[in-house]
Amino acid sequence: MSRTPSRRTGWKTALGVFFTAVMLFPVYWMFNVSLTRTSDLRADPPHWFPWAPTTEGYEAVLAQQLPALGTSLLVGLGCVALTVAIAAPAGYAIAQLRLPGRGTLNFLLLVAQMIPAVVMAMGFYAAYVRLGLLNTVGGLIVADSTIAVPFGVLLYTAFMAGIPRELLQAARVDGANAWRTFVSVVLPLSRNATLTVSLFAFLWAWSDFIFASTLDRNGDLVPITLGIYQYIGNNTTQWNAIMATAVVASVPAAVLLVVAQRFVTAGVTAGAVKD
Amino acid sequence: MTTTEAPAAAGAPRVTGTAPRRPGRRGRPAASRWAAVGFAAPLLVYLTLFYAYPLLRNVDLSLHAYTIRAFVQGNAEFVGFDKYVEVFTSSTFPTALWNTAVFTVASIVFQYAIGLALAVFFRSGFRLSNLLRAMFLVPWLLPLIVSASTWAWMLSSENGIVNSVLGAFGVPQINWLTSPDTALLAVTVANVWLGVPFNLVILHSGLQSIPEDVYEAASLDGAGPWRQFWSVTFPLLRPVSAITLLLGLIYTLKVVDVIWVMTTGGPADASTTLAIWSYREAFGTGQPDFSPAAAVGNLLIVIALVFGFLHLRLQRRQEDS
Repeated sequence: MSRTPSRRTGWKTALGVFFTAVMLFPVYWMFNVSLTRTSDLRADPPHWFPWAPTTEGYEAVLAQQLPALGTSLLVGLGCVALTVAIAAPAGYAIAQLRLPGRGTLNFLLLVAQMIPAVVMAMGFYAAYVRLGLLNTVGGLIVADSTIAVPFGVLLYTAFMAGIPRELLQAARVDGANAWRTFVSVVLPLSRNATLTVSLFAFLWAWSDFIFASTLDRNGDLVPITLGIYQYIGNNTTQWNAIMATAVVASVPAAVLLVVAQRFVTAGVTAGAVKD
Repeated sequence: MTTTEAPAAAGAPRVTGTAPRRPGRRGRPAASRWAAVGFAAPLLVYLTLFYAYPLLRNVDLSLHAYTIRAFVQGNAEFVGFDKYVEVFTSSTFPTALWNTAVFTVASIVFQYAIGLALAVFFRSGFRLSNLLRAMFLVPWLLPLIVSASTWAWMLSSENGIVNSVLGAFGVPQINWLTSPDTALLAVTVANVWLGVPFNLVILHSGLQSIPEDVYEAASLDGAGPWRQFWSVTFPLLRPVSAITLLLGLIYTLKVVDVIWVMTTGGPADASTTLAIWSYREAFGTGQPDFSPAAAVGNLLIVIALVFGFLHLRLQRRQEDS
């Protein structure tokens, strides 16, 4: 409910554009470097825009990082499926079915979000060594999902608490049991919550570095974040290729921002703690 | 997703047997309670396996002297709190604690101040304000490794754009990431940049709930913009501010990716925080040393919990009022 723009707000728009430009400068710079020729990378002063742009960085990405992108996609989607499968029914139980001990459970979920990922990574590493799950995509999906599950449950709970009780009672009167009510009434009504949770589960799994670098560092299938990191380590001269990979790795974020900005904002304000 | 005939699919109440399948009628709390447990069962199993177990394992790690071999064989010697003593008396400890404090406090203060200023600026609503505010989310959505490597390149000593711009003003070259004097500053700046969008969005949504007539009353009383901010906006925003700062604090305490990618905690521990220290001991060298790493990690959990309880108390007080 912003105030009606007056006629004299032109300077504010100009100022806003300026602030946005300052804020997004690193993003521009990443893009700029990704198109810079290797011979120009050491230019002093650096070129402010990619004159004589080259696609050699992007060619390197396509040649070397496609499998990593595929792994990240797989991990992201797996994480979404696992998170929604766990969080949606739990949210229903807490919000509508008066789960005994739900206060304690909510508290535990809040606490779970405060645990540093380093600590989780060590615990997972210790378990995975024995179970033979190191360097597996499945193992990484499970570990990454721990970032999104507590958030997912809390968000589903908040959302499902808003579903009118009369609707659920009507389903009961029609003879639907709890499962049936959940599948045919609660889930369809919770579509926006599912979208928000899925979006964050995907984005967090896609962006994860800590779990990838500890649980999947020697695998045949490494995710793109680790791909970039290893790139930096092995290849400190080819910053155009590194930045090109970074640009490609940012595509999901850009797409989500454009397509689902509403849900992103809703998710952030729901108290998302980015991990 | 919406098959109606698959009660055995994910989330089906395995524990409760047939109870939830019976047609529920009004006034049957017992059945409904069993259904609730059934729906929550996957989460309870999940929390036990993937939170409780790793955390217990971590406590176990910190109380034993694990070597790599013992780690695989599982026969490490029990040493009680020796590893904690080792950590507290280590020369890295005061440095890491100080760096954590500086990094965290500086990060959240600047994130908050910049986020609030921008939130107030965007509140007035001008042409393109919604679009521009959405663009501000970009840094928050990017993978941290992407942002961190971009900052690393921007701050690099010889070819970095930052030194190039400063050079134009006659500032001599600064070795942002490789000098002990500036490494912590460099990673803090990057982290502030990462945190501004989150603060902006939360504080902006907090501003939306302040009614317009309060401002009208204030301006009738002759309060200028500056006075309005300090007498109306800031006090009314206090609950939202408290939550924002605490969330920022909890998040910043556990930051690893940004610092690790930019400096790996160096040079010579200059940007080593507790989280970085823990990560480096466990995974950052070729010689994993899990026991002290786990001890540092557990210390981090305790610190986060203290502030977490503060958060909960604040939230509860807010709900009461």
